Amino acid sequence: MLLALHDVRKSYFTEEGPVDVLKGVSLELDAGQRLALTGESGSGKSTLLHLVAGLDTPDTGEIIVGGHDITAMDDGHLAALRRTTIGLVFQQFNLIPSLTVEQNLAFHARLAGRLDADWNADLTERLGLSDCLSRYPEQLSGGQQQRVAIGRTLAARPALILADEPTGNLDEDTSDAVIALMLQLVADVDAGFILVTHSTRLAGLLDRRLHLSHGLLQ
Amino acid sequence: MIGAGLSALLSHWRSKPLQLATLIVGLALATGLWTGVQAINSEARSSYDRAAAVLGQDTLARLQSASGGPIAPEHFVALRRAGWLVSPLVDGPLRLGRIRARVRGIDIFTLPREATPFEVSGETGFAAFTGDDELVLAHPDTAARLTGSELNLRAAPQVAPGDLVTDIATAWRLLDRQDFDSLLLAAEQPAGLVPLAVLAPELARIDPDPQGDIARLTDSFHLNLTAFGFLSFAVGLFIVHATIGLAFEQRRTMIRTLRALGLPNRAVVALLLTETLVLALVAGLFGVALGYGIAALLLPDVAATLQGLYGASVAGSLTLRPDWVLAGIAMAFGGALLAVCQGLWRIARMPLLAPAHPRAWAIASLKTQRWASLAGAVLLVLALATGWRGGGLVMGFATLGALLLGAALLLPALLIAALQFGGRTARSAMAEWVWADMRQQVPGLSLALMALMLALATTIGVSTMVNSFRATFTGWLDQRLASELYVTAQNESQAAELRAFLGERAQAVLPIRTAEIEIGGQPVFLYGIVDHPTYRENWPLLEGVDDVWDRLAAGEGVLVNEQFFRRGVYRLGDRLTLVPGWSDDIIGVYSDYGNPTGQAIVDHDRLVAAFPDTPRLRHAVRIAPQQATALSEALVNTFGLPPGNILNQAEVKQFSLGVFDRTFLVTGALNTLTLGVAGFAILANLLTLSAMRLSQVAPVWAVGTTRAGLAWLEMLRTLALASLTWLVALPVGLLLAWVLLTIVNVEAFGWRLPMFVFPADWFRLLALALLAAGLAAVIPVWRLARTRPASFLKVFVHER
Repeated sequence: MLLALHDVRKSYFTEEGPVDVLKGVSLELDAGQRLALTGESGSGKSTLLHLVAGLDTPDTGEIIVGGHDITAMDDGHLAALRRTTIGLVFQQFNLIPSLTVEQNLAFHARLAGRLDADWNADLTERLGLSDCLSRYPEQLSGGQQQRVAIGRTLAARPALILADEPTGNLDEDTSDAVIALMLQLVADVDAGFILVTHSTRLAGLLDRRLHLSHGLLQ
Repeated sequence: MIGAGLSALLSHWRSKPLQLATLIVGLALATGLWTGVQAINSEARSSYDRAAAVLGQDTLARLQSASGGPIAPEHFVALRRAGWLVSPLVDGPLRLGRIRARVRGIDIFTLPREATPFEVSGETGFAAFTGDDELVLAHPDTAARLTGSELNLRAAPQVAPGDLVTDIATAWRLLDRQDFDSLLLAAEQPAGLVPLAVLAPELARIDPDPQGDIARLTDSFHLNLTAFGFLSFAVGLFIVHATIGLAFEQRRTMIRTLRALGLPNRAVVALLLTETLVLALVAGLFGVALGYGIAALLLPDVAATLQGLYGASVAGSLTLRPDWVLAGIAMAFGGALLAVCQGLWRIARMPLLAPAHPRAWAIASLKTQRWASLAGAVLLVLALATGWRGGGLVMGFATLGALLLGAALLLPALLIAALQFGGRTARSAMAEWVWADMRQQVPGLSLALMALMLALATTIGVSTMVNSFRATFTGWLDQRLASELYVTAQNESQAAELRAFLGERAQAVLPIRTAEIEIGGQPVFLYGIVDHPTYRENWPLLEGVDDVWDRLAAGEGVLVNEQFFRRGVYRLGDRLTLVPGWSDDIIGVYSDYGNPTGQAIVDHDRLVAAFPDTPRLRHAVRIAPQQATALSEALVNTFGLPPGNILNQAEVKQFSLGVFDRTFLVTGALNTLTLGVAGFAILANLLTLSAMRLSQVAPVWAVGTTRAGLAWLEMLRTLALASLTWLVALPVGLLLAWVLLTIVNVEAFGWRLPMFVFPADWFRLLALALLAAGLAAVIPVWRLARTRPASFLKVFVHER
């Protein structure tokens, strides 16, 4: 089992009082499995993804990644987990603006200590980024930036890839092309994959589909 | 519409109080340091004006002996009898213990009204002045210093510091004289008088001097101080520019919205301008108050400097004067407008549908940066050209200005080049990111780093100058104070006994005899020395004719000190009239650091022949150094000499170095303050940039770096940038020192010094710069380390 969540709960405190975002979420994901997580805005999809990535901690419940309960981990171990096991793709791309495309692509893999030059070159070719390796993120289109973000994650060959509406900022054609490519590449690295999306059409392309509504999985 | 617009614009400051505080503090610091220096200058100039106005010298003409000697009372009587409204003045130095003052004797009955420095009534009436009371008027500071003396002192703020104004009879008694130095001419004279040229051909008419010698002499010092003040102001202005630039950047979207909602562009610009002026007024008032505090704190040191370098007396207490208060507020307005004009220009030209992308602004900044680098390079070339040509105070300051501004403008480009080079050496992904990120931070931090560079370069330059001066001065003292003991007898008979006593015990007893003369209107101390190896082997000659000591011993020439030589623009071989009937060639020039007045040396016997009454009380004694203490004790036991009359070499050196160090306290203080302001500039920039930093570091955190690790890297980055800035500041500072030593100082002080380098000081300064930068980074770094994950997460779910 690559990932297991048991009764995960999370609340946020606002001026109007506490807001329960996740009210007891449990799910399991095997290696190589691809899961689509859908839900309306504010349903807690991104929060769930952040908890799985170790970017945030749940109020209660267990999150097991690769056999380790990450809710008990300290900052340093969580950072190591993100370096070695988890790959993240965000809607806002979140590339490192001071590094070139080439450096961004290799960044995560180098941090994880498993940069594979051949795999990187293959990724670059397949992502269609060969012509813009020396450019900086701000010099790329939205579609190109997202392909760099995907490449950065896949270059590190993480066991679990989490994508938070990765095509939310792209037009439909570009979005379809990016998702198709991503699914192909995820299959190549045999990673577990969770895709958060609004689009039922995109969700239909994945192995499993779960809907999050009012803090509960349906 | 205007109210709503203003309210929207001001809401930015309400939501960012720290940024507002940075702006106010930055402008207040800039204004404060400038105002402080101006307050000091103003106080000093007021003292000079009082000195120049003493007894109407600034408005009334005087008669002086054409030969430069005193005027006999008979001349005065003859002129009065002929109907001329003249009033006698006597003027001379008086030493009371360790305090030197200038006695100004006046005749209250004939003194023209415009020359009377006080109301003649009550306690300072005719009776008190001319009667047995022997009233002496002095500036309150001078009176306080002379408390306990036998003089019947009364404080009078109108009297110049260091002056003692008294009746001519009292002055004669104090100065042991019976003649006058000059006769003051009343502005309006009766008609039909016999012309002065006929009546007193031996007297020359001297026109009034509205500025005064001291003011002229100290002009260059005050220019130096003003340059320092301006530098501090410029450093402070970097903070203001950075903060205002950031505030404009952050309000760009708001401004577009306001314009989209119908607020005219002109109204937006006018509102921003009004906002700037209001903030400048508040900061200016704070700055003036701060300046007052700084000036009050530094004025005693400045007074010591002026006394040490020029012999100028300046009051040690500060008066609030409207000129520098208003000038300070005007500088705050000027500085704020200067800082805001670039932002306003961009806003005024920004099309309504300008892209909201921060890149648009960044591209504009990049263009500015390129132009700035080009301008920097041009200025450096200009500095080299003006420095190479050299000569003149204006040229010196032009070189300094071009050098500092050029280096500051070129700094970001140099840093980026260095960081690019560093990036190529990176082996790990994290190191690569750190170098690249540092490079990306340079434009945002460039103004603060420029401020730091200016502060560091100035500190290196000034400390190199002062330490070169100190090293030269110490070496010079070792040469000049070659005798082991300096003994002053209490009277002539004791002096004779002393000479006999010392003749049996010392290796040599060298008489020191002095007379005060005037050459070309400059006061000069004329020394007479005997021919002895002590002088031949040790006296620090800068230049001289081949057989200089033989010619001096033969009474065929005069040695002069460097200050006198440079001020008079003399050359070796020029002939000087020492007293009427005695002229001699300049045969040598010696260094005489720290002495404000002119000095000349002639053969002992020739001095005695010209001034037979000069006292023979002082003696330099040569003896084996290990016997000096025993001889000193023997002198005390035998003659009962007070401790102040026997000085050993070490004491004199210690005292001289003490005076020297105190002289340069004010430059040290200004350096430290400027460095402090630069430290604050870094803090201000880091704090204002810290919110923007989050989006830059969040992706690195997300892919597996701890917050603590990121915080440490942030600190490392700040320290690395400070170190690189120091590296650039080092050559700039050394060039600055070279300009100060070879161009500015020659004009300002009248002597040229060799340049020494002090690498240990550079590394001390590096440590200080790292400390300032490190302290400035503590709060932003601590904030980053404590940033909640939720704040990072916002980066991923909202566009920032």
